[in-house]
Amino acid sequence: MRSRMRAFVSALALATGIATASVSLPAYADPAPDVGNWQSVLDQARGQTVYWHAWGGEPRINDYIAWAGDQVFERYGVKVVQVKLTDTADAVTKVLSEKTAGVNDGGAVDMIWINGENFAAMKRNELLFGPWVEETPNFEYVDVEGKPTVVNDFTVPTDGLEAPWGMAQVSFYYDTAKLDNVPKSAQALLEWLAKNPGRFTYPQPPNYMGSTFLKQILTELVKDPKVLQQPADEVDAKAVLEPLWGYLEDLQPLLWRNGQAYPQNGAAMRTLLGDNEIDIAFSFSSGEVSSAIEAFELPDTVRSYVFDNGTLGNTNFVAIPYNASAKAGAVVLADFLMSPEAQLRKQDPQYWGADTVLAMDKLPADMQEAFANLDLGIASLAPAERGTVLPEPHPSWMELVETEWQKHYGVVQ
Amino acid sequence: MLRFVPIITIAFMIGPVSAGLIGTLLPAFGILPALGGTEPGLDPWAALFAQPGIWQSVRLSLVNGLIASFVSVAIVMLFCAAWQGTRIFRAMQRILSPILAVPHATAAFGLAFLIAPSGWIARVIAQFAGWDRPPDMAIIHDPLGIAMIAGLVAKEIPFLFLMTLAALPQADTDRTAQITATLGYGRVAGWFKATLPRIYPQIRLPVLAVLAYSTSVVDVAIILGPTTPAPLAVRILGWLSDPDLALRFMASSAAILQLLVVVVAIGIWGAGERIIALAGGQIAANGQRFRHDGGMRAGSAVLAGLSAGALILGLVVLLIWSIAGFWGFPDIMPRSFSLRLWQREYDAIGSSLVTTLLIAVPTVVIAIALVLGCLEHETRSRHKPGRGAIWLIYLPLIVPQISFMFGLQVFFTLIGLERTLISVVLSHLVFVLPYVFLSLSDPFRTLDPRYGQTALCLGVSTMRVFWHVRLPLLTRAVLTAMAVGLAVTVGQYLPTLLIGAGRFATVTTEAVALASGGDRRMIGIYGLLQMVLPFAGFACALLIPAILFRHRRGMNAQNRG
Repeated sequence: MRSRMRAFVSALALATGIATASVSLPAYADPAPDVGNWQSVLDQARGQTVYWHAWGGEPRINDYIAWAGDQVFERYGVKVVQVKLTDTADAVTKVLSEKTAGVNDGGAVDMIWINGENFAAMKRNELLFGPWVEETPNFEYVDVEGKPTVVNDFTVPTDGLEAPWGMAQVSFYYDTAKLDNVPKSAQALLEWLAKNPGRFTYPQPPNYMGSTFLKQILTELVKDPKVLQQPADEVDAKAVLEPLWGYLEDLQPLLWRNGQAYPQNGAAMRTLLGDNEIDIAFSFSSGEVSSAIEAFELPDTVRSYVFDNGTLGNTNFVAIPYNASAKAGAVVLADFLMSPEAQLRKQDPQYWGADTVLAMDKLPADMQEAFANLDLGIASLAPAERGTVLPEPHPSWMELVETEWQKHYGVVQ
Repeated sequence: MLRFVPIITIAFMIGPVSAGLIGTLLPAFGILPALGGTEPGLDPWAALFAQPGIWQSVRLSLVNGLIASFVSVAIVMLFCAAWQGTRIFRAMQRILSPILAVPHATAAFGLAFLIAPSGWIARVIAQFAGWDRPPDMAIIHDPLGIAMIAGLVAKEIPFLFLMTLAALPQADTDRTAQITATLGYGRVAGWFKATLPRIYPQIRLPVLAVLAYSTSVVDVAIILGPTTPAPLAVRILGWLSDPDLALRFMASSAAILQLLVVVVAIGIWGAGERIIALAGGQIAANGQRFRHDGGMRAGSAVLAGLSAGALILGLVVLLIWSIAGFWGFPDIMPRSFSLRLWQREYDAIGSSLVTTLLIAVPTVVIAIALVLGCLEHETRSRHKPGRGAIWLIYLPLIVPQISFMFGLQVFFTLIGLERTLISVVLSHLVFVLPYVFLSLSDPFRTLDPRYGQTALCLGVSTMRVFWHVRLPLLTRAVLTAMAVGLAVTVGQYLPTLLIGAGRFATVTTEAVALASGGDRRMIGIYGLLQMVLPFAGFACALLIPAILFRHRRGMNAQNRG
């Protein structure tokens, strides 16, 4: 027993020895770039490597990111490496673990593709660098007036902490070979489903897409949608949510698998449509549906549409953690991503097919023309076909709806 | 020199394991300064137990894990009993060993497409029944988790089978079988009465690892398991990746709860072992011969064949998916084929394979050296490690990986090694060492000590005994352990991503990221690619001894099982 104890103690000593020996390694400190002086940012950025943590589930998007990295390297000498994630939360966790370990400089994450609740959480916990966005050269093209969500992420002011990268709007899609008339409102969806039980479902909240569906319904059913722009605890939330629960009470038993099982995310829901398990699905980008057709995931008879009274829309962004190692490089990259050239390619469904954050009337004439001449893809909606863009509710509504949904429908056994 | 090896091995575990546990325990009781948690308290636990369906989730994890493990063990034991030493046994050995290289998630995806209402089997039926829509039935994601159990069983059978194979040579099974047969026992009864009691203790730790894995599994559960509610480990993953960072506290207490679930499962299993041992002792001595066991033998072959067949069919289906054009219900084959995605991934594949090997080779070499060192030290000093040390080594297998990662990340960041190859190898070692130890310790310990004693009597040094007697005798076991280790390191997703901070793009990190896009084609491509290295490893473990010992009949018997 004693010898075992001794072995344990020496092992512990060894472990702590390794720990203390290496703790003295100096962390490389990256001084905050002076974004107002763009030349100094470029000078500081040259030679840096930007580790950009971004969802890696779509080969086309990965290719686009690789292209942007090549451009930035050629023009400004900034190397870009995409760290492919399954979930943005992994990047948040990384920054959080560094803060826990006291690594306030030289962190591993230089840039994150982010929006909504993740942004709100990082902002609230002071995990972001900035403000820096509004002083970057290409920000002047951003459509701040026409697309208010480029500076208000789920109603939370971005305060220059994240740069707008793309627009997203909910659109529904279906196979025209199987369906003629599609329901174009919450009420119509319910009536249609009563005739076609089991042919619709939504990803299980708190998945982002599933919660988005609930918010879409809520926004449509609530008497005065303005109330959703306020935090939930400042109003009579119970009364506001009542129409939603009433609606779901009718909807739930009609869902695919009677609401006993759900697809876990938007991609799984798309697979269900491809397998003909359901008839209607939805996505945050109609360009994504065109991409899926091109990738043979969906039949080429699938088309997109929106609800008559509009659908929810928002913006996605890139942000820089407070302890990033290559802040200047990340700023240069983010600025390039907002450039007309990069945004044009991004909107081209051949490469990606996501909507621009820029204002057409702010662009030079040749760029306006290039955007107008884009072939958007067979299942993509042109801007004129998209109807009204409804604003995202305050994040507190999402949390409340998710919690309540879990209580009502998360446990069916 | 040798006596320091166990200490070094334990040091490799203590640092990361205790850091990982502390990193989970503190937030579980409200302490995580980076999120403003400075006062200890029980709030995270109150929040956890207020979660709707929390006990159903616990029940699903516990009961389904126990059932899946029991069924896997039962099928493997029954099959060995019924067919050991026959041609069917050797055929199964050839089929099952490579299947071990299939990653869990790949196997689950394959199985899902096979049995889902819109899957291959349903499509065949649809041709006759005239369905144009898949039936709305919960075959996968069923509330009871039967599909999940099936997936786990299919995947655990090859692992347990291989572990049993490694143990068989030490139990002198051929002669035992001859004797029981001479005494008039049926094949199955003879094996269960005389061989099982000697085999089971040797595979006990692998069985417990399977149990721990099954009660805390995430990927298989996501693909096949229930969702309303999901098993506990899946919900923990959800809470940990929730944008609301405050949920991290509750997720940590849930991780501790998950740990308790595993401990309880092991406790129940241990109690079951005792009951079976008691009852088995009675039955073994009651003299019943059970001569007519044809039905049971056939049944065991069918079950083992079914599980292997399902996995293989699932792989075939994924291979077809990887080159499929649009493939809708109820088509049995895709409308068109395309190599486009393979071509697209072609360049990335080479570099990710190299990165994977860059991590895997040092990890496996260090692991096997340390484990051999520990075991050799144990043999020479005749000093078995204490229970505490054993548990320490197996902790990483018992604590759910996802909950362990945060503490581990903080640890490597603190010691300034994060993002380096060293830290990735060290973090992989935490998970590889237990498996290598697991696969090697029993064959090593049960090796007849008289070989070594004879050599010593002939005047050879202890060093030579190790290199020239024990190691050659254990070639097969050592190579199998290395192959298992290789499979484990290749499969690591979270440690590679989080500890490596994305600096190391391996086959698995690429695969898992692309799989999140949900396209079965990508899942197929990377699932198959993930198999390449482990498959090569297991192939070596089978082929090298066969070639080395082709002129040595005794060694062949030793190594063939």
